[in-house]
This record gives sequence, structure tokens and C-alpha cells, in this order.
Amino acid sequence: MIRKLAKLSKDIFKKEIEKKSSRDGYGEGLVIAGEKDENVVVLCADLTESTRSYLFQDKFPKRFIQVGVAEQALATIASGMANYGKIPFISSYAVFSPGRNWEQIRTTICLNNVPVKIAGSHTGVNVGPDGASHQMLEDMALMRTLPNMIVVAPVDAIETKKAIIEAAKNEKPTYIRFSRNETPLLTTEESPFKIGRAESIWETKDPQVAIIACGPLVYEALLAAKELGKSKIETLVINCHTIKPLDEQVIIRAAKTTGAVITVEEHQITGGLGGAVSEVLARNFPVPMAFVGMDNSFGESGKPNELLTKYKMKSVDIARAVKRVIKLKTS
Amino acid sequence: MIVKNLEKKANEIRQDIIKMLATAGSGHTAGAVGMADVFTALYFKILTHDPKRPTWEKRDRLILSNGHICPVRYAAMAHAGYFPISELKTLRELGSRFQGHPERVRYSGFETTSGPLGCGLAQAAGIAYAARMDKSRFRTFCITSDGEHDSGNHWEAVMFAGKNKLSNLTCFVDRNYIQIDGDTEDVMPLESLKEKYEAFNWNVIEIDGHVMEEILNAVTKARTVSEEPTVIIANTTPGKGVSFMEDLPEWHGKVPNKEETERAIKELKENLKEIRKKKEDD
Repeated sequence: MIRKLAKLSKDIFKKEIEKKSSRDGYGEGLVIAGEKDENVVVLCADLTESTRSYLFQDKFPKRFIQVGVAEQALATIASGMANYGKIPFISSYAVFSPGRNWEQIRTTICLNNVPVKIAGSHTGVNVGPDGASHQMLEDMALMRTLPNMIVVAPVDAIETKKAIIEAAKNEKPTYIRFSRNETPLLTTEESPFKIGRAESIWETKDPQVAIIACGPLVYEALLAAKELGKSKIETLVINCHTIKPLDEQVIIRAAKTTGAVITVEEHQITGGLGGAVSEVLARNFPVPMAFVGMDNSFGESGKPNELLTKYKMKSVDIARAVKRVIKLKTS
Repeated sequence: MIVKNLEKKANEIRQDIIKMLATAGSGHTAGAVGMADVFTALYFKILTHDPKRPTWEKRDRLILSNGHICPVRYAAMAHAGYFPISELKTLRELGSRFQGHPERVRYSGFETTSGPLGCGLAQAAGIAYAARMDKSRFRTFCITSDGEHDSGNHWEAVMFAGKNKLSNLTCFVDRNYIQIDGDTEDVMPLESLKEKYEAFNWNVIEIDGHVMEEILNAVTKARTVSEEPTVIIANTTPGKGVSFMEDLPEWHGKVPNKEETERAIKELKENLKEIRKKKEDD
């Protein structure tokens, strides 16, 4: 059952559930953060429209900085601005930032420990027709290993907006990933959200498996949980939007309750959410695990849904992983 | 401080660089020694700063991009009163503020963390841009090596500063023609550097980086330019003042042994006498 306290959309299991791209949440969040704090500035590397940075640019033209197709400059100029006292958000596709400028982020943002906010759009295969070169699937792995960095993968546009507003205030280097494609609005303005706190969103009396998911695929996890319920397989679903710092308490408790865990993410199954959860459980409470995500492969051109199907990230794949991990638990 | 005293100070700083590197047993000698005059001019004449308040809002910002020459910054700051000169001998030791490459989190007065090349000017440009947004009047200075001009990130920043007419930004290029693998013009030719900067809408001033008056005059000129950032191409001799180090790429990344240290200090002390004598003759 959907957990009431999660205050999710009432339309979750309806066909006509409202959809919105999480990049829209980025643009809206920037405007709100900009209104709250005049130190918020936005830098963009020639992708103002498609990252939705233009929403901020229209409202605060003097606080918007265009750097051109220069992602290394994007990170390092922002580092200087944060060093001075600004709160810079840097916008690009995740493949370019934090992809191309990783070392600059490491040295001038994380080792410098200045509060630059890295907004990576176009993550996952749901980028669609642009193909593999533009579908970022390694960003969480890249960012998660950096000391001082916070890593957030919001579930939808509303949660992205909340993450942006909170990131503007946290005084830390922060990476937030989001997507191009329109995805279901699972959460509402009332849904609880705090960076670093995983939210339990689906609960059952006697769960056999915990499904820990992040980003838009949380929706597929809920569909899977509902479908599995019909065949008496009870599960938990956790929206683990913050990959770092990981909410270890909630994850360990889920593992203790269920004895089996699967992770779901639109990212390589190594190094991202799956990696982070395995590390915590290996140290604290090892249980059988399965991983839904990209399995050591690049994507390709296609429609978002075709790609999620081909690369086995749909609810049926999650349900299969649940059954697989139950077998592991009982063997 | 009058020029004669600046030259004496630069000599003392050179001696401390040699000593601290010899004690540390590793580090970069030639570039640090070669930039002693520029750093002395900055900390004792040019910069608006207060050693007792390293985070004073109105201070000029000095961003060191080529972090490997940090011993010159550490020594100049110690002489300026930021820390005891005796602390310099902890260079590269566990727990020291004087890391092998500078870290802002160890001491805020270093302004940034540097070492990986090519990204200092962009940070300096970010600071200068943000300062102008707030109508802050301090100036931002950046020290770069010529070798790091191979890096794309540096030229991205050159374009950005030119586009935005960051006249509150001044970049020094330590033009000593050496980098780790040899002569800069063999590794990746930079000439004509002056024309390159001009093409990116920078004001360019070329100087002898060991002549105090030229360093001071160049910065004075930079202050009068209102529509362009200024680059001061400071022609320097790596290892300047220590005869057996001068112009030799091998001294980029090594430190003197005991005997070499003694020779270097002896030479520098003789130079100091020359400075005193020459000026008295004037």
C-alpha cells in the first residue's frame, strides 16, 4: 500500500497521471532559490533552453552567466564565484558536467570545499533519440566518490524543485541529476523531502523484499510492487533520492525487515545507488541483492520507453528481480 | 617599500625557498625561485591586504594557478607576517599548513586549492566577475605558468575574461620557457603569446620579471585600463639568482642536496651584498 505519510499523488496508478520533465523542476526551483537569496547565480554552457536555465535568466538576467561550450570553465569560474561568496548553480547535460569536467570539480569545488551546485540534465536512457553519447549513466559513480560532495537523484519535477531550493541553502558542493523526458509526477508539494533522508513510500504487512529506487524509475518500482502484491509477494519501496549521504539507517532497517534488497536506478548498476547500498549492507547487514539498471552497456537512439524496455528497467524487470532475489534468499 | 628594500626582501625569500625545499627533500625549485621578485612586489607593494585578517572582505585576491611553485608564496607570506618564518621548515610534512600544493582548507589566506594546471585563471575570473556584480573594488591577481598555457581550461577563461571585459583582473604569466618535459617551444609552442592574448581582447604588457620597477609599473598601468583584463607577461629566468640552477629544466621538479644548498645560499648572500653595494653607489 502507498504509505499515507508520503503524501504521494492520488493518480499514481491511473493511466492519465500527470507527467512533467524534471528539468522543468530545475528551472522553477532556480527561480524560487533566486528570489530567496540574491547570492544565487546561474551559469550555463550553451544549453540555456534545454536545461531550463532560461527561466532564471529571464527573471534575473544580471545573475545569469553564459560561458559557452566550455564545461571546464563552467566548473572553475563557478568555483571562483562561490569562493567569493556567491551560490552558483552550473547547468549542462550531465555527460558534459560532471562528465567532462570531473577533475575541475574534484580540485576546485570539492577539495576547495566551496558550495557550487552542479545540475546534470539528460541523465539515463530516457534522453532517447540523441543516443548513447548524450545519455549519462555514470554520473552518480563519478560524483559519489568525491569527499564533500552531496549527490541527489530526485524522483520527479516537484522533488527536483525542492532539491534545488534546499541545495541553495546547504553550503556544500552538491550534485543534482535530472532528466529530459516527461516522467510521472509521483510526489506532491506536501510530500516530505529532505536531502539525506530516504522516504518509505510503499509498505506491506510482511514484506519479503525491499525495493530501493531513485529518480524517475521509482514509478516503475511502485508499479512492480502493486503487481507483485496481486500474486501475494509483499514488498517495501523506498525512494532513496539522496545517494550521498546515504540514509544508512533506513536501508539497514529495510534489509533487517525483509532479508533481501533490490536497487533500481537509471544508471550503471556499478558505482551508483546499487553500489552505495551494497557497500552499506556488506558492512552492516549483508543480504541477497539484485540490481536493476544499466548492466555495463551504453544506450542507443530510440524512444525512451523502448530503451527502458530493451535495457530491462521497466516494472516487469523489477518484478523479475524481486522474484530472483527471493529465490536467493531461500536457497 | 622602496625598490632597494624590495630587492633585499626578494633575496631573503629566495634563501628561505632553498632552505625549505632542501629540508622537505622534494618539491619544485626553479619556478619558485624564479618568481621571488614578482611575489615580493605583490606582497610588499602591490596588494591591498592584511596579514592579521586573511579573510578581510576588501583584500585583493591573489590566486596561484601553478600551485607547484607554492614555496615562493609560503615564504613571501611568512615574511609579510602571515605566519612565523620558522614554520616554513614544515613544508610537505604531515599536518603542515604548507602542503606540497596549496590548499585553501588548510589556510584561507591561500585563497584557492591548486596544483592541477590550467584552472586558476578561471577561478580568478569567477572571483573578479562576482566582485564586479557586487561593486566590490578589490582587484584579483592570478599567477600562471607558461607551461599551463597548453591547457584548454586556461584559454576558456581567457575568452571569458575578454568577453566580460574584466578590467579588475590581472594575470601574470611566468614566462620562463621551461616545463617538465623541456622547452615550452618544443613541448607545445606558445608563441606568439602576446598576440594570442591581444586577439582575445586582453591588454598585454611584457616585462622583465626580475626588474622591480618594471613589475610595479606594469601593475600601475593595468589599473588604468578600464575595458580589458590585463596580462603581464613576465620574462623570468627559472632558478634566478642561483647560477647552477638558472635556465635548466632539470631544476623544475628537484631540490638541492646539502652541498648544493650551501652553494646556493652562499651565492644568494653574495648577491645580497651586491644589491646593497650597487644601490649605495647609485
